[in-house]
Amino acid sequence: MEGPTSTGIPNRKLAMWTFIGSECMLFGTLIATYMIYRGRNLVPPYPHDLLNIPFITVTTFVLLMSSLMMVLALAAVQRNDLRATKLWLGLTALFGLIFLGGQYYEFSHFVHEGLPLSRNLFSSTFFVLTGTHGAHVAGGVIWLSTLLVRTVNGKLDARHAETVEIAGLYWHFVDVVWIILFTLIYLLV
Amino acid sequence: MAMTDAHPTGIWSWLTTVDHKRIAIMYFVVGFAFLLVAGFEGQLIRLQLAAPGRDFLDPDLYNQLFTMHGTTMVFFAGMPLVVAFFNFVVPLQIGARDVAFPRLNAFSFWVFLFGGLFLYASIPLRAMPDGGWFAYMPLTNPEYSPGPGIDFYVLSLLISGVGSIAGGLNFLVTILNMRAPGMTFMRMPLFTWMALIVSALILLAFPPFTVGLIFMLFDRSFGTHFFDAAAGADPVLWQHLFWVFGHPEVYILILPAFGIVSDVIPTYSRKILFGYPVVVFSGVLIAFLGFGVWVHHMFSVGLGPVVNAVFGGATMLIAIPTGIKIFNWIATMWGGRLRFRTAMLYAAGLVATFTIGGLSGVMHSSPPADLQQTDTYFVVAHFHYVLIGGTVFGLFCGFYYWFPKATGRMLHEGLGKAHFWLTFLALNVTFFPMHFSGLLGMPRRTYTYAEGLGLDVFNLISTIGAFIFTLSFVPLVWNLWRTWRRGEAAGHNPWDASTLEWTTASPPPHYNFAEIPTVDRRDPLWHPYIEPESRRAGDEPGGAVPRRQPDEPPEPVIMPNPSYWPLVLAVGMLLMTIGALGSLGLTLFGLFVTAVGLFAWAFEPPFGEEAH
Ligand code: HEM
Ligand SMILES: [Cu+2]
Repeated sequence: MEGPTSTGIPNRKLAMWTFIGSECMLFGTLIATYMIYRGRNLVPPYPHDLLNIPFITVTTFVLLMSSLMMVLALAAVQRNDLRATKLWLGLTALFGLIFLGGQYYEFSHFVHEGLPLSRNLFSSTFFVLTGTHGAHVAGGVIWLSTLLVRTVNGKLDARHAETVEIAGLYWHFVDVVWIILFTLIYLLV
Repeated sequence: MAMTDAHPTGIWSWLTTVDHKRIAIMYFVVGFAFLLVAGFEGQLIRLQLAAPGRDFLDPDLYNQLFTMHGTTMVFFAGMPLVVAFFNFVVPLQIGARDVAFPRLNAFSFWVFLFGGLFLYASIPLRAMPDGGWFAYMPLTNPEYSPGPGIDFYVLSLLISGVGSIAGGLNFLVTILNMRAPGMTFMRMPLFTWMALIVSALILLAFPPFTVGLIFMLFDRSFGTHFFDAAAGADPVLWQHLFWVFGHPEVYILILPAFGIVSDVIPTYSRKILFGYPVVVFSGVLIAFLGFGVWVHHMFSVGLGPVVNAVFGGATMLIAIPTGIKIFNWIATMWGGRLRFRTAMLYAAGLVATFTIGGLSGVMHSSPPADLQQTDTYFVVAHFHYVLIGGTVFGLFCGFYYWFPKATGRMLHEGLGKAHFWLTFLALNVTFFPMHFSGLLGMPRRTYTYAEGLGLDVFNLISTIGAFIFTLSFVPLVWNLWRTWRRGEAAGHNPWDASTLEWTTASPPPHYNFAEIPTVDRRDPLWHPYIEPESRRAGDEPGGAVPRRQPDEPPEPVIMPNPSYWPLVLAVGMLLMTIGALGSLGLTLFGLFVTAVGLFAWAFEPPFGEEAH
C-alpha cells in the first residue's frame, strides 16, 4: 500500500506536518489566554515574585541543545552510523529529561512558595500552559527512548531514517514552542 | 494477509475492522441512532411548548433536554453522519484502496462512540448537563452548576474531539496523498474537495475548543480561575473560545452537504457542474472567512460598535460565496435533462430551504437587527433551516445517491419521494412559524410562555410540524426494510454518474478497485462527445478510465490487517474519561491501558506479508 504518494511526501511525514499545524492552534490558544490575562492577576504571588530567569535560561539552553543532538541523530541514522545514532538519540532524550527535571523543580518550588495550581489567575494560566508544553516534551522523550531501544536491539537503521526524521520534526516543534513561551512568560515578565 | 477472498463476518470482524467502508457503516448506524434519540428529545420539547403554560416538563428537565438535544445533534449525529460519508465516499472517489491510516480511522470511530455513550450515561445517573450546547460560563462554573452534569458535557466532548481531530488529519492526508494517478486537484469531485476543506477546518477549529474545555474542566475540578471574574479573569473568554470553534463547526456541518449536492445535481441534470472552479474556490473562501465571523454570536455581549461592525461586515461577506454556490447549482440544472429521483429532490430541496436559512442569517449579521433577534425563536428558525434544510437534506441526498453503491440494492423511489415530501413539509411547518414567534419576542430556552401574547398559534403549528417529522421516518424505515427483503440489484452505475466510485462493483470489494484507475479529466466517466445511451453500451474510446473495473484483481492486492488495538486504545481513553469524574485509580488504569494500546499499535505490522 505504501507506494508513491500524490504529493511525493510520505503519508506519515505529511501527517506530522498536519498535526503540527493543528498543535499551533492548540498552543496559540493557550498562549493567547496567557497574554490576555497577563497583568490581570489580583491575588499574590505575582509572576515577578517567583519567575527565576537565570535558572530557566539554563534549562532552555539544554532544550535547545537537544534539538542540535536531534539533528545529529538524524544525520547519523541516514548514513547508517548506528553507534552515533544511539549516542545522539540518547543525548536528545537525556537533555529533554533534564529540561523536565528543571520544570519539576520549578513547579514544586512555586507550590512551596505559595502558588498551588488553584491559587490565582497567574497560577492557572502559567501551570496549564507550561504544563501542556511539558507533557509534550515528556511524550517526545518516551518516543525518542523507544527509537533508542529499537536501535540498540538492531531494529532501526538507515531504512527507518524517515521515522527518526518525523520524531525530529515533532521534537523541533516542541522546542520552538518553548522559545516562544520563554520569551513571552519569562523575558517579558 | 490474503484479502481477495470473501469478507469475514461476525462481531469480531466488526470490532477489529479497519476497512473504511465498514467504518462508514458503523458511523452511519450510530450517528443515525443518535439522530433518532436527539429527535425524540426535540419532540418532547415541542410537546411542552404546544400550548402556553403547560407543565408536561418541569423547567429543570426542559433545560436538560434542550442541552442534550443540541449537543447530540451537532456532535453525535451531524458530525458522525458527515464523517460516515467521508469514509465511504472519499477513498472511492479518489481511486484509493483505503484511507491513509486505516487503524487511526477505526480509533476515531471508537472514541466518537464512547464519547456519545459517555454523554448518555448521564441519563441513568440523573445528571444530564443543562447549560445549553454552548455551556456559557459563568453559568457552568461549579458554583452555579454543581453536580456532575456539566462534567459529562465537557468530558464527552473532549474524548470525541480527539477522534474528530484524528479523523481530520486522516482525511487531509488521504486526499492530499492517495489520489489515483492523474487525479489533480482540479479534477477532484466536489464532495472530495469539500471533505478536504472540512478536514482542514476540523484540524484548525477543534484545538481552541479543546483548550476551552480543558480550562472548564480545570475550573470545575481543580479550582483554577480561567473564567472567574473575582480572580481577574473574564468569563467572556469562554464565549470566544467556543464560537471561534463554533462558527467553523457550522461550516464543518454544511460544506459536506454542499459537496454532496454539487455531485448529485450534475448527475441528475445530465450536465457537468456549472463553474466548477468557482464552486471549489467559493468553498475555500467560505471556510477561510468562517474563521473571522465568530463574534456574530456575541453581538449582545457589548464588545463595542467597531468590533460588532467589523464582524457584522465579515458575516455579510460570507453570503457572497454562499450565494455563488447557489447560483451555480441553479445554472447546472438550467437547461439540463432533469430526472427527479429522490436524491435530486433532496438536492433541489436543499437549494430552496438552505437559501431561506441563509437569508435569515444575513438578517442577523447586522448587529442592530440581531439585538432584536438574538436569543429568540428567530435564531432557532435560522439555524434549523440551515442545519435541517442544509445539512440533513444534504445527508439524505447523499444517502439516496450512494445507498445503491454501498449495499448493491436499489431503494424504492416512491417511498423515497414520500420521505422527501414529508421531511420538506415537516421542516417548513415546524420552523417557519418560529420566524414569527421569534420576531414577536418569544425567548428561546424558556420552558413556557404566557397566554395572550400572540404566540399560541405559532407554537401549536410548530408542534404539529414536529409530529410530521416523526411521521417522516415511517417511509424511510419501510423503504429500508423493503429493500433489505427484496431490493433490486443496483449494478455498477445505476445513475450513470461521472465519478470513479461508479466504476467498481456495488457494494465495492474490500480492496475497492481491482486496478487503480488513471484519470485524464474531470468527470472521468462522462466523455464530453458521447451520448449517455451509447455510453451505457460499453467501453467508450478516448478515456483513460474504463467504465467498469475488472471482476478480479489482475495482481495480488495487499490490504491492511484488521486490528483490535484501536479499540483497546479507545477503551483506555474511555476509562480515563470515566475516572476523571472522580476516581484517580481508574484514570491511572485507563492511562495504563492507553499506553499499552499505543505501544502495541506502534509495533504491530500494519500490512500483511503476502496477498492472495
Ligand atoms: C449565509 C450564511 C449564514 C449567516 C450570514 C449566518 C449568520 C448567523 C448569525 C449572525 C447568527 C447569530 C444569531 C444570534 O444568536 O443572534 C447565527 C446563528 C447560528 N447559525 Fe448561522 N449563519 C449562516 C449560515 C449558517 C449555517 C450554514 C449554519 C449551519 C449549518 C448555521 C448555523 C447556525 C447556528 C447553529 C446558530 C445558532 C447558534 C446558537 O446560538 O445556538 N448558520 N448565524
Ligand atoms: Cu456563526
